[in-house]
Amino acid sequence: MKAQEYTVSKHNFEECMKCTVCTVYCPVLQVNPLYPGPKQAGPDGERLRLKDPFFFNYTLKYCMNCKRCEVACPSGVGVADLIQASRIKYDRTPPKLRDRILASTDLMGSLARPFAPVVNAVTGLGIAKSVMDATLKIDHRRSFPKYSGRSFEAWLRKRAAQQAAFPEQVAYFHGCYVNYNNPQLGKDLVKVLNALGVGVQLLDHEKCCGIALITNGMSKQATRHAEHNVGIIRQAVLERRLPVVTTSSSCTLTLRDEYPNLLGVDNADVRASVLMAVRYIFERLEAGATLRFKPGFRKKVAYHVPCHMERLGWGVFSERLLRMIPGVEFTLLDSACCGIAGTYGFKKENYEASQAVGAALFEQIRSVDPEVVACDCETCKWQIEMSTGYRVENPISILAESIEQ
Amino acid sequence: MRFDTVIIGGGLAGLVSGISLQQAGRSTAIVSTGQNALHFFSGSFESLEEAPERLSELFAEAGVRLHYRPGVRLMPLGTFRPAALSLEDVSLFEDPGFARKVLIVSFTGYHDFFSSFLAEGLEKAGMSCRIHLLDLPEIERLRQSPSEVRSVQIARAMDRIWERVVQEVRAALQDEDTVILPQVFGLKDVSVPGRIRQGVPARVVFVGTLPPSVPGIRTQALLKRRFELLGGTYLAGDEAVRASVEDGRVRSIATRNLDRHALEASHFILASGGFFSKGLRSNPFRVYEPVFGLDVDYADDRNAWYDPAFAGDQPYRRFGLKTDAALHPLLGGAPVINLYAVGSVLGGTRPEFGSGAGLAVRSAFAAVDAILKEEAL
Repeated sequence: MKAQEYTVSKHNFEECMKCTVCTVYCPVLQVNPLYPGPKQAGPDGERLRLKDPFFFNYTLKYCMNCKRCEVACPSGVGVADLIQASRIKYDRTPPKLRDRILASTDLMGSLARPFAPVVNAVTGLGIAKSVMDATLKIDHRRSFPKYSGRSFEAWLRKRAAQQAAFPEQVAYFHGCYVNYNNPQLGKDLVKVLNALGVGVQLLDHEKCCGIALITNGMSKQATRHAEHNVGIIRQAVLERRLPVVTTSSSCTLTLRDEYPNLLGVDNADVRASVLMAVRYIFERLEAGATLRFKPGFRKKVAYHVPCHMERLGWGVFSERLLRMIPGVEFTLLDSACCGIAGTYGFKKENYEASQAVGAALFEQIRSVDPEVVACDCETCKWQIEMSTGYRVENPISILAESIEQ
Repeated sequence: MRFDTVIIGGGLAGLVSGISLQQAGRSTAIVSTGQNALHFFSGSFESLEEAPERLSELFAEAGVRLHYRPGVRLMPLGTFRPAALSLEDVSLFEDPGFARKVLIVSFTGYHDFFSSFLAEGLEKAGMSCRIHLLDLPEIERLRQSPSEVRSVQIARAMDRIWERVVQEVRAALQDEDTVILPQVFGLKDVSVPGRIRQGVPARVVFVGTLPPSVPGIRTQALLKRRFELLGGTYLAGDEAVRASVEDGRVRSIATRNLDRHALEASHFILASGGFFSKGLRSNPFRVYEPVFGLDVDYADDRNAWYDPAFAGDQPYRRFGLKTDAALHPLLGGAPVINLYAVGSVLGGTRPEFGSGAGLAVRSAFAAVDAILKEEAL
């Protein structure tokens, strides 16, 4: 069978049998006729690019890397991986200042954090938005995530001794968003895990997972982040014998899959130990652990499976956890992209497309009219909150709210 | 994670099984490796003529209306095939001489609908045809990426502007008694084809396009939504990779995305499809079933797999799982008693006769009945 093994190409591209199914599920193709679509940009274009890089096309930048083409593909082709890999390989355009700013989530976070109230007030101002729109082409209609005055890392470090006292331990890859914007989500995770008898530790100085660097043409920096992060995850998993839990579906997909598939950073020895916290918690409950829920807790929850959660295939864990909370009235929203795709929707040239992609989801949320939308992705949260006015929370936060201290 | 039944395959057979089991109060998970043959669905269920009511009811509850009328349907190249139970999009005729004068309407720049071939075919059958192309800015906009002027992209535009198409067709209509349109209507709103029929003062016949199939995509979406509304778990884009079988029973399956987290169930249904869906696989030496390693009925001599005449009755299409009479597939010659094989993995369908959909539905119902009967004992 050697002959067949050797014919398997990178990202499985020659498994494509041109069935066109991916073109049905590409959110960009539905709204932007300039985008050639996943089939043409992915496996079809790859055949040409392999012959001559001349065939690389700038329109590939319109790909949101949502991976819906890969979820839909019946033949296991890494369609979005092919597109992103060819951008890494062939695109020599230096990233714009704006893209560098948007992609540097941890740098911006550490700069903004000490001045959080000022930064939050300024980015909320119409005039500041107009200036950013005019100078940086960051769309003025966007709302910006707020920064927190105190980082999650600082909060957890103060509690290191208390956390170490729990009989079992996990390491938490919190990501930039929890650290700089929403430490409450990290605190909620600590609450739930502590209630299960599990203490939470930090990794040894995590860096941003790098997803925004990859999509903004900064793959060299992304690779440095990947090497660093795989190193500290290895240290946690292999030396400290800790599983690594996460609360962001996009960070998780990046740590597990984008590192080896796009950046060539091998994580095979630790990949299976990097788990979304919802999966970790579900598995503990399945193994017999219990949570004490608040009596009289009532909440109408609509769950949106983020694109990268769908690619991970783990939306079922969030769904199951939410459904098991007594008093939760649960609706599973139809599988659809919200349109933000990380930094994509912040760019002026993508704003209209971004909102058009999300329109069906926004409409369904309005018709369900929940008290809260549950979602495992921070950028979906910004997009849905801005576009619908409904509050969006990570399933972990809803779980934390529903249990006794 | 534990369910009453785990179904491998999220196409027509898997969804019909899943919906029926959820309706009967059984917790069900579907593991779907990508999308499925419904995306190539013609709209008719051949070989299901005996019992259309049960399927019609199941589909109606999902919002998909079927109609039953044994006769013929019009194919994309102007030929006719026998058909009976079909989506409402599909017109069914008592005989091929259904029209006298036909207006075939398509769109400038749309290459996946063969108006001239269709006209030629119909003219051979004694009808006179006129082709009229609509120039619509919405289609012109799509042509910025010429490879993407596909049925589904047009259908998205048509969801917004179908009423204008009705006006244009009315304006173009002379003394024709029949109007033929490509099947690009009602991707989201199932009522649109019917409303077009009401709006045009002639018989309107929708004819299939090159894939993807717009009525098929709509059907898939509505069936999946119905399954999820009933509380079913649809694991999209995942793949069953291994099974744990002990004493002739499946204990659990492992999937690519859930890896160490096995899916356990009392019953399993294998609705993984044929060669296209990789429910059956082949290499230069054998044909095999990849998840369980079940016994496959195929010719040992590889030269007997193919007919050199490409369009001939290819022998490999008859290859499929060996099962007992109750659809339990055989593993090493012995039936796996809590596993049922349904749909194209059974082999023997002839896509050119559209019999895949009929087999999918009939075998799915048989498996569901066996599971529910066994539990009742």
